[in-house]
Amino acid sequence: MAMAQREIELKNPSGLHARPASLFVAEANKFQSEIFLEAKGKRINAKSILGLLSLAIGQGTVIKIEAEGDDAEQAVAALCDLVASGFGE
Amino acid sequence: MSTVYRGVAASDGVAVAKAFVLDASEPSVERVEVADPEAEWARVEGAIAAAKEELEALRRTALDKLGESEAQLFVAHAQMLEDPELTGQIRQVIEAERVNAEWAVKSVIDTLVGLFDALDDEYMRQRAADVRDVGSRLLRHLQGSAGTSLAELAEPVVLVARDLAPSDTVQLNPALVRAFVTDIGGRTSHTAIMARSLGIPAVVGLGDITARVESGQVLAVDGTEGVVVVQPDEDELRRFSAQVEKQQGERARLAALRDAESVTPDGRRVEIAGNIGTPAEVAQVLAQGGEGIGLFRSEFLYMNRDTAPTEEEQFAAYKEVAEAMQGRPVIVRTLDVGGDKGIPYLGLPREDNPFLGYRAIRVCLDQKELFAAQLRAILRASHYGKLRVMFPMIATVEEVRAAKRELEAAKQALRAEGVPFDEEMEVGIMIEIPAAAVMADRLAEEVDFFSIGTNDLVQYALACDRLNERISHLYQPLNPSVLRLVKMVIDGAHAAGKWVGMCGELAGDPRATAILLGLGLDEFSMSAGSILKVRDVVRNTRYEDAKALAARALEADTEADVLRLVQG
Repeated sequence: MAMAQREIELKNPSGLHARPASLFVAEANKFQSEIFLEAKGKRINAKSILGLLSLAIGQGTVIKIEAEGDDAEQAVAALCDLVASGFGE
Repeated sequence: MSTVYRGVAASDGVAVAKAFVLDASEPSVERVEVADPEAEWARVEGAIAAAKEELEALRRTALDKLGESEAQLFVAHAQMLEDPELTGQIRQVIEAERVNAEWAVKSVIDTLVGLFDALDDEYMRQRAADVRDVGSRLLRHLQGSAGTSLAELAEPVVLVARDLAPSDTVQLNPALVRAFVTDIGGRTSHTAIMARSLGIPAVVGLGDITARVESGQVLAVDGTEGVVVVQPDEDELRRFSAQVEKQQGERARLAALRDAESVTPDGRRVEIAGNIGTPAEVAQVLAQGGEGIGLFRSEFLYMNRDTAPTEEEQFAAYKEVAEAMQGRPVIVRTLDVGGDKGIPYLGLPREDNPFLGYRAIRVCLDQKELFAAQLRAILRASHYGKLRVMFPMIATVEEVRAAKRELEAAKQALRAEGVPFDEEMEVGIMIEIPAAAVMADRLAEEVDFFSIGTNDLVQYALACDRLNERISHLYQPLNPSVLRLVKMVIDGAHAAGKWVGMCGELAGDPRATAILLGLGLDEFSMSAGSILKVRDVVRNTRYEDAKALAARALEADTEADVLRLVQG
């Protein structure tokens, strides 16, 4: 099974608050792979909005996105693009 | 047996209808062991599907009425319902403990709420409320009580609630809600303002009326006197029905004034306009015959979101209002927020005295990029109608000059870019700080118009927090001190050839209309629901008589004396 992972810094000013978190989860759910997000020493299911929100990730935090599955590469690339775009903010 | 309750008279009118109690309390849930956990899980899945459908309907309504950022909240709620963390844990509790679906949902939600409450991030703690809301919705569907959904009202009701949140209005059908009755709040709380804008009678601040009334009981509500009668007897019913009938006759008479001019019998013409908080409210103002928008609060664009609205988003909203008003004037007030309103991305500190703190124009002159985006959006929209810009919370002449410099910079940038805007757009300030009222003659040299914000002016003049119920007797909009300040403002402006409006609560109080008219006020801006009543007074008051009345009011000793003058 394919695996992929990448680290990226969160640039948007409000961090991973409700709206960006909601966009992130929607994007993650487009993929078959299992996707995880690691930050502040915790690892959560990236398809879980509650998990994402509970991390309270602020601007400037470096997050690690990991995927396991057939579309792992594409998933990590798409989610990193979304983060890099600053969630359109 | 009837029971009479007294509260704060928040919106005029009488109504009789069955109570509809909006239950904000947590549904009660008991732990029951079950033989078939799979069947319980199937019930949860059914409830999730139903709740998601409901959220989708709410999202569409919110998108329509409130805009995209408010609608996004319902998307986040739907995502929570599908969240594997939530569903997985619920399933696990059902299977491991062999308990009923309701208990599993409640215990998982309670744990999650606790988790969010414990975070050291104020914004994240607010998410606990979202999780709680999602949990309540799920429980409601599990228990088969679609009960509290306002969208599903089928007959006229009196809405009984602890308080009404702005999001409740999304679901509300004004044609079926005959009155509001709430536990908490005062004349200036959200429920009260909304009720007046919809023209629905309201009694607020009743304490624990939600616990004393059951859905289906008949309520007679008098929003003018602040009285609620539960299960009225025949005599009371007859009396209320007669009043309702009289009110309907009065409404019909006022409705005929919709297209009438706001002019006194001896020819003094004024403008009567409406206050709005979102573009959707324009329709109500026009339906009530408003001649303009005297106050377009821009805060809605900034609230309930994670980042400041973009220039484009703001431009779209201002343009929508400018176009909908078809050449009638619209006054856009620039951002008026402070530490008492939660706008996390502005980095507003929690303050001991938020009403005397870092707020409104003070924030805008400090966070110039934020201000510039709003000024550009307003200027660009001015090309599509008759917009005016107004700065809130001005205390000094320097502040007006600084704000005008920012406006001028925005104009120059737009000119350089070749973007069209109204070069003649009028610039005004709110007069709500006594210092500004006293300096009105000097401030008038700087601007095209004033608009008196009486809610804050009264609270600053009398040093009385209008939300503090223990000193509410000191909140006196018709106190002679306030009237003297209003006179200084109007005289100062008129001497410089400028016009004066008023957009606070007092402008829409028909008891005050004759005095304000007599003081020389040029524009009255109010909740849509008051427009016709005030126009009626204007059309029936001779300007010469109003001037004499105003002169006597200025010489009164107390607010009670002033009230006797207008009622006598």
